[in-house]
Amino acid sequence: MASAVTDAGLLSGERIIAAIKASAVEYVLSVPDITTSSGLLAPIARDGDLRLIRVCKEDECIGIASGLSYCDKRALILIQHTGFLDSINAIRGIAVEYKQPICMMVGLLQHEPEREPRASSRYGVRIMEPILGDMGIVHHLISVDADIAKIQPAIEKAYNESEPVAFLIGRSPA
Amino acid sequence: MMKRDECFRVLARHITDEAVVATYSSAVDWVGIAPRVLNYTSIGAMGLDSSHGLGLALGRPDKRVVVLQGDGSLLMNLGCLVTIAAVAPKNLIHLVAQNETYEANGGHPIPSPKVDFAGLARAAGYAAVYDFAELDVFKQQVAHVLEQDGPVFATLHIEPSKPLTYDYPSLYDPAKRKAFKAAWWAKN
Repeated sequence: MASAVTDAGLLSGERIIAAIKASAVEYVLSVPDITTSSGLLAPIARDGDLRLIRVCKEDECIGIASGLSYCDKRALILIQHTGFLDSINAIRGIAVEYKQPICMMVGLLQHEPEREPRASSRYGVRIMEPILGDMGIVHHLISVDADIAKIQPAIEKAYNESEPVAFLIGRSPA
Repeated sequence: MMKRDECFRVLARHITDEAVVATYSSAVDWVGIAPRVLNYTSIGAMGLDSSHGLGLALGRPDKRVVVLQGDGSLLMNLGCLVTIAAVAPKNLIHLVAQNETYEANGGHPIPSPKVDFAGLARAAGYAAVYDFAELDVFKQQVAHVLEQDGPVFATLHIEPSKPLTYDYPSLYDPAKRKAFKAAWWAKN
């Protein structure tokens, strides 16, 4: 509870959603993630400007986003870092080797926001940035409101240059 | 029992401006029978052909998308049946060639030969579901399968084929992806 009180107001879900919309994203593809559940996924589900596609397993998102990209439709994939890890082969093939504009927003489950992800006590969180780095995937940590400004230019770059990008959500947006 | 290439020759007679998404053995047979710019064979990960197809169908609701998937591929992404049925794209036709083997990976059997894929699709909520084991019946009904509102699912019960040559550099050719996008996005 103390963490939730401390975190309140540090990262605005409303502002993240505004950045997503400003990036001309039409589709959000998602498996629920507790880090982003109430601050992002729930309001996105109620938002009339974004079409939410709920999928059964995270790698489906990679294929759907790729298909949409051939139609000049932008998508954001909203998942948990465990789902990212489970989808690495699809990300390897489609996002990296085919150079597709796959945009991922990845909640870092049970991450301690005061720490850098590489210093997390959670093994799964600790390995995220090294894996993204080894795969050559541009990534940004979104942990406080000031980080939200990174989202729109990064999505624009991903689609303009046809390359993947990952946003690591370091605390629960309020 | 049918042969996949025979089924695809029948199918090819009915294909016009649809996107055809195919992988592995289905892709090898299909591109040999119907080489065309609107073939989409860069899937990137086994099982995701149906998911690529869903994205294409969502992005171009005015055009139809045909997915040619093997049973091994579908088993790697069974959840796609639920996702596709929930999204319910009217322009998606999902055909699964069931030969009960991982043909591209040495012909080993799938975990169970008794899977009722059509039953799974029906239970997931596809708008229409078919189960074809006779080529004459497939010939008779294929036009209707392709024309009706989807999502449509059909199992094609086929024999394992003779050994195929998998030309992956050609199937995954970036130039073909670029040409596909230009043709798929053309406004007609």
